[in-house]
Amino acid sequence: MNVPLYEKLWMWAAGVLIVAFLAMIAVGVAGSALQPPSHVETIDPTKIWNDPRFVRRGVTLDEHGATVVVVGMMFAFMPAEIRVPAGRRVTFRVTSADVTHGFQIVGTNGNTMIVPGYVSQFTTVFREPGEYLIVCNEYCGLGHHLMSAKLIVEEARP
Amino acid sequence: MSRTDRLSLAHLWVAIIAFGVAAAMAFMQALSRASLDLPWRSAKMYYLSVTAHGVLMALVFTTFFIMAFGYVVVSRALERTPSVPGLAWAGFWTALAGTLAAVVTILAGKASVLYTFYPPLQAHPAFYIGLTLVIVGSWCWATVMLLSYRAWRREHQGTAMPLAMHGMMATVIVWLIATVGVAAEVLLQLIPWSLGWTKTVDPVLARMLFWYFGHPLVYFWLLPAYVIWYTVLPRVAGGRLFSDPLARLVFVLFVLLSTPVGFHHQFMDPGVSAGWKLLHTFLTMGILFPSFVTAFTVTASMEVAGRMQGATGLLDWLGKLPWRDPLFSSVALSMILFAFGGIGGAINASFGMNAVVHNTAWIQGHFHLTVGSAAALTFMGASYWLLPRLTGRELELALLARVQPYLWFMGMLLFSFSNHITGLMGMPRRIYDAAYGDAAAAHAWRGLTEVSAAGGLLLFASAAFFILVMVGTALAGKRREPEPVLWAEPLHPPAPQRTLLDRYGLWTVVAVILVLIAYAYPLLTHLHMVRFGSPGFKPY
Repeated sequence: MNVPLYEKLWMWAAGVLIVAFLAMIAVGVAGSALQPPSHVETIDPTKIWNDPRFVRRGVTLDEHGATVVVVGMMFAFMPAEIRVPAGRRVTFRVTSADVTHGFQIVGTNGNTMIVPGYVSQFTTVFREPGEYLIVCNEYCGLGHHLMSAKLIVEEARP
Repeated sequence: MSRTDRLSLAHLWVAIIAFGVAAAMAFMQALSRASLDLPWRSAKMYYLSVTAHGVLMALVFTTFFIMAFGYVVVSRALERTPSVPGLAWAGFWTALAGTLAAVVTILAGKASVLYTFYPPLQAHPAFYIGLTLVIVGSWCWATVMLLSYRAWRREHQGTAMPLAMHGMMATVIVWLIATVGVAAEVLLQLIPWSLGWTKTVDPVLARMLFWYFGHPLVYFWLLPAYVIWYTVLPRVAGGRLFSDPLARLVFVLFVLLSTPVGFHHQFMDPGVSAGWKLLHTFLTMGILFPSFVTAFTVTASMEVAGRMQGATGLLDWLGKLPWRDPLFSSVALSMILFAFGGIGGAINASFGMNAVVHNTAWIQGHFHLTVGSAAALTFMGASYWLLPRLTGRELELALLARVQPYLWFMGMLLFSFSNHITGLMGMPRRIYDAAYGDAAAAHAWRGLTEVSAAGGLLLFASAAFFILVMVGTALAGKRREPEPVLWAEPLHPPAPQRTLLDRYGLWTVVAVILVLIAYAYPLLTHLHMVRFGSPGFKPY
């Protein structure tokens, strides 16, 4: 195929750019274990209220940080207020009592789908103490825009 | 008027009407997001209209326009009547009946599940059956396109196929591979479940099948737009196509890479492991390449046109281009908007970075630049070019047609940019109201939702202009001998022989192998996992 010089240069530049994008992603994955929430764990969505994994909802502190167990339902999160320490590893474990929801902590990169029948899990660190808004970002019915909760990040006690 | 043109026009009019209705609904939604308390405003109306807007724009307007354009390419580039016209008409009526069933169900408030219809949100069975009929109708179209090509090929052994047909063949193949996914989702999961024959469905499996379809759907919209950019635009601009073989390379690359990328829509999903998402990320980045090549080739073709009109300087060729021609301005402006859309797309596909924008207003800002501009604005421009050539009527209200693409461009800049910014601030997409009980975080995006609504107003005016021109032309356009449909000549005539890039049978096999690599193992593992289904919900 006869490709004119300028277009050849452009195609090489495009190729280099794409490789650079991929390299950045690879560095993020290999260097910082940066990856989207991809936990694979199933649960019977009709029995979550009796499932030992979701009977106790809310925050459990341990030596590494905190685990937060949350249920998303039409049109609220349980619990509606979550308190976690700043600068520590916080692991969220979330499932749905009914339809598909979203769990997004506004102003951070905390974001996951909540799909019934599955347990979503991700770990993050909040460096800035303060009050954050948690919203549902997947359409779940007429009250979708009302579905929110509060995350309070507190200064870690020494 | 020839029988084939009647066929094309029937499809074109369904597309135009669907577009008009959907545009009116979008305007209501933009006002609602800005919390303007209009008398009809309610959450029920909002989510119903978002569903109607998505279905009518993304599935009906696009599909019917593309079917119309496909028949134009057969009649004007292959220069033959589409094979089995009966099947073509059967496809039209099936898809139209399906559209009506789905739309009536939505307007009756029985299917406010949005155009992505993620279970366990459950719609009335007529919604799923209607959409199935739209797909079945499109399969009739795809079959007619393939048969027409085969008949042409028998008479033209060894000749390169016309470039416009080359692009439409890519469109047909991408569509046939893609629709397998949504057909499996709707036929095996959703229809039996909505009829009560099965009690539960697995929502993650449904999402996998939907996005197996959902991403190549994007290229199904985009490829016919690219065909117009490559084969119509250079001619209208008064120039030549810069490179014919590279255009063919681009179409082949889309056949290969359109489908095995769907997990990038599920980055935030549980139940899909990170390794497979990463593989799809790599393939997704690969698909940037053919669009980069397109940006160069089409821009270079415009420069060729400017220089053929006498431009000699570095940039004065831009001024020589026919900016008052609505096809030209539509395509040129849609390319500018698509450049932003492409950059945003690379960000969306960036694995970790997706967490910042997933399901925020950023996403609606993004796809209004791609399907809402690259595809929709090009299709509107192409309608101005096509309708007079099919009907033998002069374009009526030509001033409105001249202004309309610019109005769309301005409206889209306001709408899309404000939504990108509010998305980065964390505002979710698809919400009736953005107040969140007066939360502090929600205060920040307040003014920008109003900018978005202002953009919506301009877009609505632009859509109304388009409809007025179309209806005006059909009813009152001056009759005259229709101009011929002329395709762009390449700058360097291509070898008249059929090359490897014309061998779509081979490329389809490679594409299917790539799909199997990307999907077979994750799907099989998923099916073998202990899973629990979900009953249906109708919270609307």
